[in-house]
Order: sequence, then C-alpha cells, then structure tokens
Amino acid sequence: MSELTYTASELMCINAARLLRDGDVVFVGVGLPNLACNLARRTHAPNLQLIYEAGVIGARPSRLPLSIGDPTLVSGAVSVCGMFDIFSQYLQRGNIDVGFLGGAQIDRFGNINATVIGGDYQNPKVRLPGSGGSQEIAGWANRCYIMTPHQKRRFPEKVDFITSAGFLGGRAQRESTGARGGGPLVIVTNLGLMEPDESGELVLTALHPGCTFEQVQENTGWQVRAVPKLRATEPPLDSELRLLREELDPGGIYLKGS
Amino acid sequence: MSKICSLTEAIASYVHDGDTVFCAGFTHLIPFAAGHEIIRQGKKNLTLARATPDLIYDQMVAAGCAKKLVFSYIGNPGVGSLRIVREELEAGRLEWEEYSHFGMISRLQAGAAGLPFMPMNQTAAPDLERSNPNIRRVKDPYSGRDVITVPALNPDVGIIHVQRADQNGNAQVWGILGEQKEAAFASRNVIITAEEIVEEDVIRSDPNRTLIPGLIVKAVCHVPHCAHPSYTQGYYDRDNVFYLNWDKISEDRTSVNTWLDEWVHGVKDAGEYWQKLGPETHARLAVKPRYAAPVNYGDY
Repeated sequence: MSELTYTASELMCINAARLLRDGDVVFVGVGLPNLACNLARRTHAPNLQLIYEAGVIGARPSRLPLSIGDPTLVSGAVSVCGMFDIFSQYLQRGNIDVGFLGGAQIDRFGNINATVIGGDYQNPKVRLPGSGGSQEIAGWANRCYIMTPHQKRRFPEKVDFITSAGFLGGRAQRESTGARGGGPLVIVTNLGLMEPDESGELVLTALHPGCTFEQVQENTGWQVRAVPKLRATEPPLDSELRLLREELDPGGIYLKGS
Repeated sequence: MSKICSLTEAIASYVHDGDTVFCAGFTHLIPFAAGHEIIRQGKKNLTLARATPDLIYDQMVAAGCAKKLVFSYIGNPGVGSLRIVREELEAGRLEWEEYSHFGMISRLQAGAAGLPFMPMNQTAAPDLERSNPNIRRVKDPYSGRDVITVPALNPDVGIIHVQRADQNGNAQVWGILGEQKEAAFASRNVIITAEEIVEEDVIRSDPNRTLIPGLIVKAVCHVPHCAHPSYTQGYYDRDNVFYLNWDKISEDRTSVNTWLDEWVHGVKDAGEYWQKLGPETHARLAVKPRYAAPVNYGDY
C-alpha cells in the first residue's frame, strides 16, 4: 500500500506502464506515454524496445525528452532510420506490438478525433493538430493504449471526425477494412480502465482506488456499462512513484498535472 | 565547380513567388535561417510543405509568405498549439492540404523515386480520405484489395540542413534523418545549408554517411547554427525555452511583428542572429561530445 499521494497523471502513467509486457516493441510518443514506457522498462519490462516515430529504434533516453525528436533519443540508440522506413518497415510491416494514442475526443467505439471540432472539416469551429503518426499507429499496431483524463467533453458518444480508427461502428466494420492492427485495447483514465467488449463498445472494466462508477458515468457522454466483475486497480506503489518523480520526470513537467 | 554561395544568393536564385517550398527536418535540422531569409526577401504566395509546419512555417505564415500549407501535424512540438497557422486556417485565410505523417512522407518518396503515386495499406480511418480528394484508392492488381494512394510531391525547392557538406553539395547527416533524403531527391532545386563545409576527402573517408549526393544539389551555403531553435545533432541542443516562448509571443500579432522586426528583419543573416542570442544562450545549447567508434573501410 502506498504512503504517498499521487496526481492523476501519475496514476494514469503507472497503470499504463503495467499494461506493457517484457519484450514488447512499443511505438512511443512524448509526454505521458514516454514516461509510462520508461517506467515499465525500469520495473517489470527491462527488455522493452522503445521506438520513436522520428525514426529512433531502441532508444535509451538519458534525460526526459521534450519533443518527439529530442536528440537524447538518438545518442546511445540501437538504430536511426528515416521517416519513410519507420512508418513502412516498422509500422506498416507489422513490427510494432504496442502504440500509444491520444486525442481531443474518444468515442464509444474507441474512435479518436485529433482533427476538427464543430462546424465541418472545411470550416471547423476548432482546428486541432491533425493525425501526425496516429492514423497509422491506430490502424497497424497490434495493441493500442490510450491515456486521457476522464471528462465528458473528451468522451462524446460519437466523435466529430475519425482521425484514427477504433472500431468505427463496431468490430465487424473495422475488420472489413483489412487494417492489420487490433485496435484500442485499454483506455486508461484518472478514474479507471475501459476496454472494448465483443462488439467493440468501450465498457468499464476497472476502477482506481476511491473512484466510483457514478463518477465515470457523470464524465462520459454515453450510457456506460460496467462489466459484472468490476476490478479495482492496485494503488500506485511508492517505488513506482519515486522512479517517476526522482528519475524520470524530476522537474514534474508532465506529472504535476491535476 | 564549386556550388558555394551565400544563403541570400541561394534564396534569391531558387525561391520564387508562387513556388512550392519544402524546408526539411523532422524536429531536427529545421533550416530556420533559410525561412528567415525568405521572409527578409519578401517572397509571396508560397505553398509551404512539411509534415510538421513547426515554428518555421508559423513565422513564415505570420510574415505573409504563404498562400497554402501542406502538412500532417500542426502543433508546436512538445508545447501545444501552433497559433498563427491555426488562426489562419480557422479564419479561412490560408489554403491547406492535409495528410497523415505516412501520407506526407509517401508523397515525397513517390516524388523522390520518379513515381506518380505511392500505395499505402488501409488504416480503417475514413474521414481524412473523405476530406482530401488527393487521397484515393486503387485496386491492388495482385490481390484485388483496395490500397490507399497519395500523389507524388515534387517541390520546386527543397532546403535541407546538414552537419557537413563539401563544395559540390555531397552532404552528410547523422541523428534523426526525417525526410531529408526524400525531400532532396523529390525537389527540382536543392539548397543545402551546412554547419560545416569540409574538403571532399572528409566526405570520401565515410561514404556511407552521405545522405545526399552533390549531383542533385544546386547550391551549398555555409550556415552555422542554421537550425536554431531546432537543433543539429552533436553541434547544439534544441532551444526548448524558445519553443515555450513562441507560445507566448504568438498569442498576439503585435508581439509577433515586433519579434519578426527584431530577429528577422533586424539582422543581416544567420551569423548576426546567432550573435544576438548571446553567450548565455550559446552556453545553454552547447553539447558535450560523444563520438562513434571509428569504422574500417579498408585500403583497397
């Protein structure tokens, strides 16, 4: 049992780290996914292979990377390749086990919007950054994980624009496209874990310590279902929190949030 | 014959109003000094293509150089929103064409290989394909399944920053390679900016490190620190402080114009810009060396 209190970001990061298996080849983004992967590598998954979309394979960053192409990713890495190679030979070819995704909106079937909100594509109310690498990560990584704060505006029933595919309108629809990846497997929020059921709909499968189903429902834009055997996640361990705070993000750049 | 000239001459000779320009570099080696020179020369109606427009295109759009943007991710990397570009797109003042990262690099790869288009596997995400008529499908003649296609991108000008080049434009790069090679081979005119100009012997001592051969290069410019506030592996670090500052500066147009007046129009070239940054910034961005083990090519 933990003695220390923790932030929402720390809670999500630790739970995401625990989803990674030793030996996984992970396509890593900066921020919380980077911390989760490096935490897993320093704890239960020492053989995790970190691949960054800038084209760095087997990175061992010795400081906290502040951008997707931070030079610390290169020094001491196993290999560096160009952008075409990383997306084709690594991602499209099927050499990536795990991808991390984020976005402004995630819907009932795990579809992600990072492109536009409101209006239409040509005349959006809010213009978001766009796909970057996420469209292909969502399509082709064997397993995808999403970390996001649990807020109603982030979980609409249907996203305004599908930047990256979850299960579209249901698993069968995704499968009919022939996309090779397995789609989103777990959504880690500050309240608990959501996972797709057999139809592809996200259902609540676990709650973090002290969190309730009612909180989840209040902060989700559709009628959420919970699995009959709702689990409780293990509280963050002091050792996990210390690694994150003292070694991985000592300035609290990504972990201070909420 | 030497292709060495000043960056001012190279931009004046090869960048024309209305051109499609590709300033290469994925986070690494972004040729900011070239962007600033384009602003100083008042180029107009450019189509600016890059996977991540980054601050370089935010600044060029703010300065009125751009008619259109071709991109795959419009954020301030590691910070947040790319404010000027976003504002111009939302207001409908800037045309745009959008892809995923893989779509962008596939367009360049097709352009670099002399192909009309590049096929990509389906990702299951339908909406960008619906929104951009340049993203199409063809039937794979072998399996009969649909593949997604994007058209070749052949910029009028590609500007590529490198660690070192010789006077003929043979250019060596290490660290993140991004789309440097594809952008060079895809472009009609290639401008190389280099941290160092070296003798041909230095290039020939390590031919595997040459990413861009001089035979496709038009101009070679010696521009140390060209990539600031991005970085050049082994030469200087990324100026993350400036990336954060830009988030504040770009909150309003007056402060953007003041910044452009002081840091772009107010300096003659990249050398003056770097001096103006001052010794504290220089020290903050300095990097300790970490050398590769030498390789033996053999004396045949």
